[in-house]
Amino acid sequence: MSKNTIKLFLVLVLVLAMVAGCSAKVEEPVVEEPVVEEPVVEEPVVEEPVVEEPEEVMTVGLITDIGGIDDKSFNQGTWEGILEFAEDFNLSEEEYKYIQSESDADYLPNLSTFADEEMDLIVAPGFLFFDSMTEVAELYPDQKFLLIDSVVDASNVASAVFAEHEGSFLVGVAAALKAQEAGQDTVAFLGGMDFGLIQKFEAGFEAGVWAVDPDMTVLVDYAGAFNDAQKGQTFASKFYDQGAYIIYHAAGGTGNGVIKEAKDRVQNGEDVWVIGVDKDQYDDGIYEADKSVILTSMMKRVDVAAYTVCENVLNEEFTGDILVFNLANGGVSIPAENPNLNAEWETEIQDFADQVIAGEIIVPEAPVRILEED
Amino acid sequence: MSKIKKLLLDETKYKITVPIIAILLSFLIGTIVMLLTGINPLGAFKALARTMTGINFDKLFTDKMFNARYVGEFLTTALPITLTGLSVAFAFRTGLFNIGAEGQLLVGAMAATVTSIMLDLPAIIHLPIVILSAALAGALWGFVPGILKAKYNVHEVVVTIMMNYTALHMTNYLLKKLPGSSLIKTVKSNPSGTLQSDFIASITNNSRLHWGIIVVGLSILVFWYIIEKTSFGFELRSVGFNPDASKYAGMKVTRNVMFSMMIAGAFAGLAGAMLSIGTFDYGRILVGFENYGFDGIAVALLGGNVAIGVLLSGLLFGGLKSAQPLMQANGVPLEIAKIISSLIVLFVAMKYGFEMWLRTYAKKQEEEGK
Repeated sequence: MSKNTIKLFLVLVLVLAMVAGCSAKVEEPVVEEPVVEEPVVEEPVVEEPVVEEPEEVMTVGLITDIGGIDDKSFNQGTWEGILEFAEDFNLSEEEYKYIQSESDADYLPNLSTFADEEMDLIVAPGFLFFDSMTEVAELYPDQKFLLIDSVVDASNVASAVFAEHEGSFLVGVAAALKAQEAGQDTVAFLGGMDFGLIQKFEAGFEAGVWAVDPDMTVLVDYAGAFNDAQKGQTFASKFYDQGAYIIYHAAGGTGNGVIKEAKDRVQNGEDVWVIGVDKDQYDDGIYEADKSVILTSMMKRVDVAAYTVCENVLNEEFTGDILVFNLANGGVSIPAENPNLNAEWETEIQDFADQVIAGEIIVPEAPVRILEED
Repeated sequence: MSKIKKLLLDETKYKITVPIIAILLSFLIGTIVMLLTGINPLGAFKALARTMTGINFDKLFTDKMFNARYVGEFLTTALPITLTGLSVAFAFRTGLFNIGAEGQLLVGAMAATVTSIMLDLPAIIHLPIVILSAALAGALWGFVPGILKAKYNVHEVVVTIMMNYTALHMTNYLLKKLPGSSLIKTVKSNPSGTLQSDFIASITNNSRLHWGIIVVGLSILVFWYIIEKTSFGFELRSVGFNPDASKYAGMKVTRNVMFSMMIAGAFAGLAGAMLSIGTFDYGRILVGFENYGFDGIAVALLGGNVAIGVLLSGLLFGGLKSAQPLMQANGVPLEIAKIISSLIVLFVAMKYGFEMWLRTYAKKQEEEGK
């Protein structure tokens, strides 16, 4: 009985697959009816010799997490790095592409799809890919992967990690300088979720603030989500009501709510600021003309990481190691231009940066609240 | 031609012709959208065909022609939405609108994870317990709106929507409390209490397809049997057509409403097990809904609330969903597949319009014939 059931089921599956195949074919003549279409289909055939002229350089595929390609953060930053690489090394349009994931159920099949296409390098930004990357790396041992912001121990996976605490240290310095100028004594940190990686941001930020002014209060909270702008706005509102002058957010899309709250308040005549994360968020904070609530941003140069590893693959120097991107190699930084910081502060921030690079200042990776617990 | 015409005009076949018209129209409009935005629609169709058959039509007769992984992933995607489709369809046959499949799915997924992780039994006992617990949890989540509807006439739409949120936060809370859970997931489920199978993985080129395919097959049979072959099913349908007449005929309307919601909940609970001990091998702490329940509404709607229809439309929606990586690799954006699936729902919802149109067309033909 049950064997028959399975047979019946499988037959149904096949039938439907055939029906679906047919229905797709039925469409085609309908599509071709407008005469214009045919040359469109033929064009690639004509172009092919043209495409072949610049020989195939290498193929790169990016899988985004659920934030999407235009998340103004990690996915987008990584993609920009790949775009820059593609431009510098004349990759043809066919050679670099991305797949957007709709839910975490998509990560594994998306990675496998590119692996089946035998891309030279598959890039996945974000720790959310840890599980799927571990699995896929084992299934496709000859495929080269780059995992950004998390570490998978496999010989075919390059893991790019960032010295976020060093970058956060710099924006902490900037926050303290700005708050001092305004005569304020409280700044705040909003994290996405409370675990090691995000705590590094918190640790660097508070160390930076206290390096300038040890008496300053740093409020800390975690939103519990990376993609909930509404929550971000609620937390921001709470912080500002508690007297925070500047909020540094390390919360991805949740942070967009922080920026929105700051904009609303500034437009109502309040004086508050936000420090952006991952990429230069100045444009996101613009509320009128070119004025922005973004004081500065802690840039995690995922683009540098993607670019570097692409280049490694091209030069056949790819290794499945951990690559650390820090202040010294430009992997974390504040933006080149900070309209809301004056030159004096920028010099001071650069001084601190030089000290960190020289090893004179060691920025802690765990916040004080955690260290005190132990 | 005349055969097709005849089929189109046959009023008894509207149940089949209308959804097919809706699907064809949606693909047509999807194609037009792609042409207007400068995307090659062939890329989309090739991706869809390759996802559902595993055959790469660009590389026919090479060793890369067939990849069973795509078929496996396609079926894996279709399993939960077929079950939530059954859930919505079952309630609908009793005249109830089950918006709560999402929540029932979540508690089902949680129950499966909990029993899988916490119990340690031989697989032959463990796995059935795990699957049954998912169904029971879903049934319990369906029981609440069911009894509120039956006893106090509280509208099930309101209750089920509320219970979706309750389920989301409650399951997140409880999953985090399990031993070894992190902030985003629980530990791996017990090998004796999982649907995952190395055997299926090995024959489908390491896809995530799992034994849940049998659960879904049986569920479809159970659905069909209850609705079409039992007097209980007859009563349910009768209540769906006209509760007052059914009551007058001596049927226990309140009891039937309650059971209907519970069975619907059980199907959705099983869908949860497909995810938490099938597609994934651990419980996930979710940030928000993943819309399997809402996909289920679309599946049930297109499938005309009958078992075989739900299966076919579950496969179609599963195909559209799982074709997305290939579509995007072929340069077709994520949104196109969404546009097509939404259009299908829109057109099926317009079925009375189509029926009216077909009837006028039939009349015209008749007059011309005379």
